[in-house]
Amino acid sequence: MKTISLAETPVRELNRQLQEQAAHFREPDWRITDPGGRHALAVGLDAPLNVTIDGHVGYYCAGMNQQAHVTINGMAGVGVAENMMSGSVRVRGNASQSAGATAHGGLLVVEGDASARCGIAMKGVDIVVGGSVGHLSAFMGQAGRLVVCGDAGEALGDSLYEVDIYVRGSVRSLGADCEEKSMGPEHRAALAELLEAAGMDHDPAGFRRYGSARALYNFRVDNAFAGYGEEEIES
Amino acid sequence: MCGIAGLFLKNRALEPELGALYTPMLTAMTGRGPDSAGFAVYGDEVPEDWVKLTLQHADPDFPWEEIAEGLERDLDVPVKWFRNADVAVLKTGAGEAAVRSWLEDRQPGIEVMSVGRGIEILKGVGLPGEIAERYGLARMQGSHVVGHTRMATESAVDLAGSHPFSTGRDLCLVHNGSLSNHNRLRDSLERRGLSFATYNDSEVAAGYLTWRLAEGADLQEALETALTDLDGFYTFTVGTRDGFAVLRDPIACKPAVLAETGDYVAMASEYQALAHLPGIEAGEVWEPEPGRVYAWHR
Repeated sequence: MKTISLAETPVRELNRQLQEQAAHFREPDWRITDPGGRHALAVGLDAPLNVTIDGHVGYYCAGMNQQAHVTINGMAGVGVAENMMSGSVRVRGNASQSAGATAHGGLLVVEGDASARCGIAMKGVDIVVGGSVGHLSAFMGQAGRLVVCGDAGEALGDSLYEVDIYVRGSVRSLGADCEEKSMGPEHRAALAELLEAAGMDHDPAGFRRYGSARALYNFRVDNAFAGYGEEEIES
Repeated sequence: MCGIAGLFLKNRALEPELGALYTPMLTAMTGRGPDSAGFAVYGDEVPEDWVKLTLQHADPDFPWEEIAEGLERDLDVPVKWFRNADVAVLKTGAGEAAVRSWLEDRQPGIEVMSVGRGIEILKGVGLPGEIAERYGLARMQGSHVVGHTRMATESAVDLAGSHPFSTGRDLCLVHNGSLSNHNRLRDSLERRGLSFATYNDSEVAAGYLTWRLAEGADLQEALETALTDLDGFYTFTVGTRDGFAVLRDPIACKPAVLAETGDYVAMASEYQALAHLPGIEAGEVWEPEPGRVYAWHR
């Protein structure tokens, strides 16, 4: 286990050492102490590392992650695990807004609450939130699953494409084109798998599922060629 | 951008350390606002029939003793004062209106930064660390402090654009964001008798609260109606003589983190500003919900 204190080591040096493991993978286990809310910790990792950060972190922690498993023993600022491709990120405390934004893959677990726009424009990531999420969560989500064990704020799933959203508590309001969907055995099985992966002990039967009604402009075949000139369509 | 940081002490035993605890909070927000900074400190209260004014003049050697002596002589009132860099803190038994009109008649170069019983507003153009150093923030005592580091968007980089804004006695507001209906709101507040010293949008928000409080609303109520009457993006932190409040707009575009322990309530735009506070790791740390008023009183 390699331990790095951010009271002594600059963030750039920390990230350099972690990113270097992509080319020369020698040290799988890392512990980061004294994060002090600093931004952009453990970003751009691309190796099967286990990274534990002891304390609260600032913006964009573990952004662009591939393969690594990052655990934050504290609260995370804006955009934690933004654009994650694979691996996992676990926040033991609360997360600020835009958690898991645009992430393509991997698993993001927030044990506490996540704030507004959790999973905005998510593109394949699985996000499991132990507490509640704020307004406009999964806004324009394109792929992946969002599980909320607590409540969801206003405009959940606004302008959604293809994300499955599971909520155990109340939903303040659904966004445009988001609707409640039936919960089949395949959905319960998928949800049980996600809850287990996240280490959350809830009965899948206690959740409701939401998704896209596919009625917005982009889903209408009549609009497929809108914006093209007539000549382009004919050719 | 812009950075906000505020500290409200619940434990009176910490009052001698207010400035020492707060200085790293303000300087931690330098990255969000490096062009100007300011803070309002509450403490060192004058008696009920006295008033405390923070006066600033571009000349750091301005002869404040002449002002104090002139006030004492012409208004026939007791005056106590001290100099702090380019600022004088003046305490007097005269009424606010009498002092203001005396100052306006004689010394147009004097800026009145704050008026009240406990508030002192100190601000300027430059790096937050320089402003804190200039006014000796680290040695200050008091019950609470509200401060701001500015990255100018809506108006020029000058003293007039620096926060906090105070438009009423002991009231101050700092703002991260931008208001879209400030011109119309300014007009309607001016028709109701308020006056503004700048064209800054944040001063209008401060003026709005002053008006609502004068109408009889408490801080909580004033901020609740602000949610409908103010349009735009904002995180506000507000100080009153005995109160401290935080409000984010319903879309919550601008960041804020709150922390509470048995000893204090602290807020900042980012957690970095809170990281050094004693007991913070064991305290409650959360992101304030959009459109919800958080207020504390002592």
